[in-house]
Amino acid sequence: MTELTKLTIAEAREKLAAKAFTATELTEAYLSAIDTANEKLNAYVAVTHDKARAMAKASDERIAKGEAGALEGIPLGIKDLFATEDVHTQASSHILDGFKPKYESTVTANLWADGAVMLGKLNMDEFAMGSSNETSYYGPVINPWRAEGSNADLVPGGSSGGSAAAVSALLCAGATATDTGGSIRQPAAFTGTVGIKPTYGRCSRWGTVAFASSLDQAGPIARDVRDAAILLKSMASVDEKDTTSVDLPVPDYEAAIGQSIKGMKIGIPREYRLDGMPEEIEALWKQGIDWMRDAGAEIVDISLPHTKYALPAYYIVAPAEASSNLARYDGVRYGLRVPGKDIADMYEQTRAAGFGREVKRRIMIGTYVLSAGYYDAYYLKAQKVRTLIKRDFEQVFDQGVDAILTPATPSAAFGIADQEMASDPVKMYLNDIFTVTVNMAGLPGIAVPAGLDAKGLPLGLQLIGKPFEEETLFRTAHVIEQAAGRFAPNKWW
Amino acid sequence: MSVDIDTVKRVARLSRIAVDDADAERMTGELNAILGFVEQLNEVNVEGVEPMTSVIPMAMKKRQDGVTDGNKADDIVANAPVSEDNFFVVPKVVE
Repeated sequence: MTELTKLTIAEAREKLAAKAFTATELTEAYLSAIDTANEKLNAYVAVTHDKARAMAKASDERIAKGEAGALEGIPLGIKDLFATEDVHTQASSHILDGFKPKYESTVTANLWADGAVMLGKLNMDEFAMGSSNETSYYGPVINPWRAEGSNADLVPGGSSGGSAAAVSALLCAGATATDTGGSIRQPAAFTGTVGIKPTYGRCSRWGTVAFASSLDQAGPIARDVRDAAILLKSMASVDEKDTTSVDLPVPDYEAAIGQSIKGMKIGIPREYRLDGMPEEIEALWKQGIDWMRDAGAEIVDISLPHTKYALPAYYIVAPAEASSNLARYDGVRYGLRVPGKDIADMYEQTRAAGFGREVKRRIMIGTYVLSAGYYDAYYLKAQKVRTLIKRDFEQVFDQGVDAILTPATPSAAFGIADQEMASDPVKMYLNDIFTVTVNMAGLPGIAVPAGLDAKGLPLGLQLIGKPFEEETLFRTAHVIEQAAGRFAPNKWW
Repeated sequence: MSVDIDTVKRVARLSRIAVDDADAERMTGELNAILGFVEQLNEVNVEGVEPMTSVIPMAMKKRQDGVTDGNKADDIVANAPVSEDNFFVVPKVVE
C-alpha cells in the first residue's frame, strides 16, 4: 500500500477515475505513513483519522455514481492556520488552546467541495511568524532531507514547515500553506517541493488566522508544478466574505503547463546578487538562466533598485498589522485563559503565557511603531517605501518583462537550533530576503526545485510574475522542472 | 532610534503582555536589534511618494447593510473559556 503514496495528485486522480484503487485505500495508505513517520518528523499537530476515512468513503460513493469532483479522493494536509470546522485550529499557538471553530475557511471549503480528503492539521511557526518552524508551540518540524553522510536534523523552513515536510516525506498528496513574507516559497525550496504564493486577492483570506492582512495569501505546496496548478485552481475563488478577494474568474492553471516559453522576456534583477551569497546559489541561478534561454526565452538584465529596503519595511508593516490582529487573543472568547487579579491582569497573564517569544517580539515591535509619536517615522515611511518597491516591479513589467527569475533563498536548509539565528532575530529574518519583495508588491511568486548543493540538499529558484498571471509562472516553472528533474529525500524516518 | 527598558515595559503594557524585569531586559536588546535593522529606511527619499493603501488597485467592495447570518449564540460561545447563558464571563469590571 505504501506505493500509493508515491503517486502525484495528477497520477492518483487518473487511477482513482480508472478504479485502479479506491479513495479509501489511498487514504489508508497515507494515514499509515503518517502514523509511522510523524513521531520523527512532527509534521502534523493533529491527525483526523475518522474524518479522513469518512471523507474518503463519501468520495468512493461519488466516484461510483460518476459525480467525482476535481480533487475527488485526494488526501491533503491542511496548515494549522486554516479554520476547519470542529477540528483543531490553533495556528500552532498555545493561546488558541483547544480551539475548534464552528466554521470552515473558504479555501478549505473549496477543497472539500471538489472532493478532497483531509488527513489532518500541519505544524507551522506560531501564527506563521518564523522561517524555521522552531517557533511552534508543538515543537520544530524535522526536514526529511539530511546532508549526505550526516544524521543532523535540519529545519524544513517556515512558516509552512509542516506543509513542506509532509509533502516531501509523502505524508500527504499536497498541502495548503500561507505566505506573508516567504512562508510558502522558502520551505518549498528547503524541501525540494513546489510552492506558489498567488497574487494578493486570489485566494480568500476568510477563515484563515490573520497575521498581516495586507500581505497574507494562501497557496499550495506540492510535489511538482502540475500538482501545484491543480491545487491552486481549487483553492482560489471569488469570495464575498473577503473584501480583498478580487473579482476575476479562476483560470485552468493546469492548461498552462507544457506551453512554450519561446519569445518570453525573463528579467534577471541585479540587486538579487548579494555579497557573501554561496557560490552554489549563484551557479544555480546561472543554470536557471541557461535553461530559460535554451527554451527560447529572451533574458534581460533588469534593476529593482529598492529591493534592499523590502525586508526592513516588512519588519515594520507586518508586526504593525500583527499587533492589531493579535489583539483579539484576550482569554475571553476562545483559547487559553490565565486568571488575574482584575480583567487587565487577566489579559496580560493570558498573553504572557499564551504567546511564544517570537510572537511577543513582533507584537511589541508593532505596538511600538504604531504608538503616538512614532507612526509617521516608522509605519507611514514603510508604506511609502512599499509604494516604491511596487513601482520598481511595475516599471520592469512595463518594459515588456513577462517574469523575473531569482534564487528562492540565500542558503539551503540549516540546522535545528542554529546558534547564530537563535541569538540574533535579524539573521533569521534574512531568510526571506528574496521572497519578501513579492509580498510587499502583492505579486505572484513560485519556488521550484532546481538542484542540489554539495551536501546533497535541495535548492530552489523563484519566478515572479505580473498580478494575476500565475499561468506564466506555471509555464516557466515547468520548464525548470523539466530541465532539473525532481528531487526526493532518502527515507530515514 | 533605540528603546530603553522603561519604554519596553510601557510597550508591553500597551500590548497587554505581562513581563518581568528579566524579560524586559532581554526584549530591550532584541527590539533594538530590529529597530537598528529598519533604520536603513532613512536612506530612502520618499518625498512626494504616496503611502501604499492597497497592493491591488481596486475599490473596496461594498455590500447591502443587511442581516445575512445569525441565531447561533451557542456556536459563538462554544469556545469561550467561561460562559454562562450565552454570555462571555469576565472578572468584574465595574464596582
